Amino acid sequence: MAQLRELRNRIRSVQSTRKITKAQELIATSRIMKAQARVEASRPYAEEITRVLTALADASPLDHPLLTERDSSKRSAVLVVTSDRGFCGAYNANVIRAAEDLQNTLRQQGKTPVLYVIGRKGETYYRFRNREITQSWGGFTDRPDYANAADVGETLVKAFMQGTEEAKKEGSSEDDEGVLAVDEIHLVHTEFVSMLTQRPVIRRIAPLEVEYTQSEGVRPAYDFEPDAETLFRALLPKYINTRLFAGLLDSAASEHAARRTAMKSATDNADEIVQNLSREANRARQAQITQEISEIVGGVEALSSAGSE
Amino acid sequence: MAEMSVELVAVERRLWSGKATSVVAQTTEGVIGILPGHEPMLGQLVEGGVVKITTPEHETVTAAVHGGFLSVASGVVSVLAESAELAQEIDVAAARREAEGDDEQTRVRARSRLRVAGYSV
Repeated sequence: MAQLRELRNRIRSVQSTRKITKAQELIATSRIMKAQARVEASRPYAEEITRVLTALADASPLDHPLLTERDSSKRSAVLVVTSDRGFCGAYNANVIRAAEDLQNTLRQQGKTPVLYVIGRKGETYYRFRNREITQSWGGFTDRPDYANAADVGETLVKAFMQGTEEAKKEGSSEDDEGVLAVDEIHLVHTEFVSMLTQRPVIRRIAPLEVEYTQSEGVRPAYDFEPDAETLFRALLPKYINTRLFAGLLDSAASEHAARRTAMKSATDNADEIVQNLSREANRARQAQITQEISEIVGGVEALSSAGSE
Repeated sequence: MAEMSVELVAVERRLWSGKATSVVAQTTEGVIGILPGHEPMLGQLVEGGVVKITTPEHETVTAAVHGGFLSVASGVVSVLAESAELAQEIDVAAARREAEGDDEQTRVRARSRLRVAGYSV
């Protein structure tokens, strides 16, 4: 009797968990679409800015700090993009593992990794392990805005510019606000390959790699307002922000896809458990009924045999 | 009348694209008007600027554009904005509130949004 009630309780609890996972799955599904639409929508700007940058690069000297490889790279910034919320399978574990690998590689090259983290999950991971986080951001990973990317980009570019030769000559590697200089910036985020596959990727976003291409035909002679060099200087950090933003959007889409997959398998598992438990409960109920009948039959027989005597 | 194609692109989406007969924008050097056949140019736009596009049908498209770049090349004008809003999308009440705010940048942006929406500030 007690066993049957216990089974029914378990079935109910699994069913209510299933409701949650099913709802999460549906929400994630609708958000993947939106996240992908945003990735699509941000493409025109990225293409335009690349085109403009190419035009500018022809007209200005390529000696900007963001483009020059430093002879002695000592400190490398590692920006890890994780999610704010869990329930997304191995999404965070994968990206954190990639970040750990990168940090080990950097250490082997004699560089000190400097951690920057986006997303509360990553923040908790490193905080729990008492690792030093230089700065962390959170609260926007499932729907990043350009303003968020610009904020992060500004911090990183500032730290990067602290590491230039001129800044070093002027004084220590720390400025008034205690921003520590870095010589490289790496971005670790998740790439959306398909609904079922998301891959952690590592990209170096600074110094930028200059690609020399041979274009056919004559390039138009541009008129610059203000002059090319000022423009170039203003545009490069924006370009980095765009790259960051693209990374954030891609990660958001991946997060939703990972969540959908995780929640789908959780729902499937719940279905299976409910099915098995129901079978067990039915068997228990049947056994109970059989037992009751045999008890009654036994009782009747005992009575009738007592009456006949 | 001669035409050129114009793209108004913000980081998060494409706001407007189509044919136009003139584009007026503000770069850090001053106001610039672009007519079809303009020489190739690149300009940095000011924070809290206004971009006005006139279509061949004599309609005007106005947008509040915050920071970004303007590029003109072979008959194509692209306005790259960090953030931008078309006149009809502007929430006037919110912009008014922000125009009174503390943050200098927000104030500048809110003022340009109000100007675009047709109020004098």
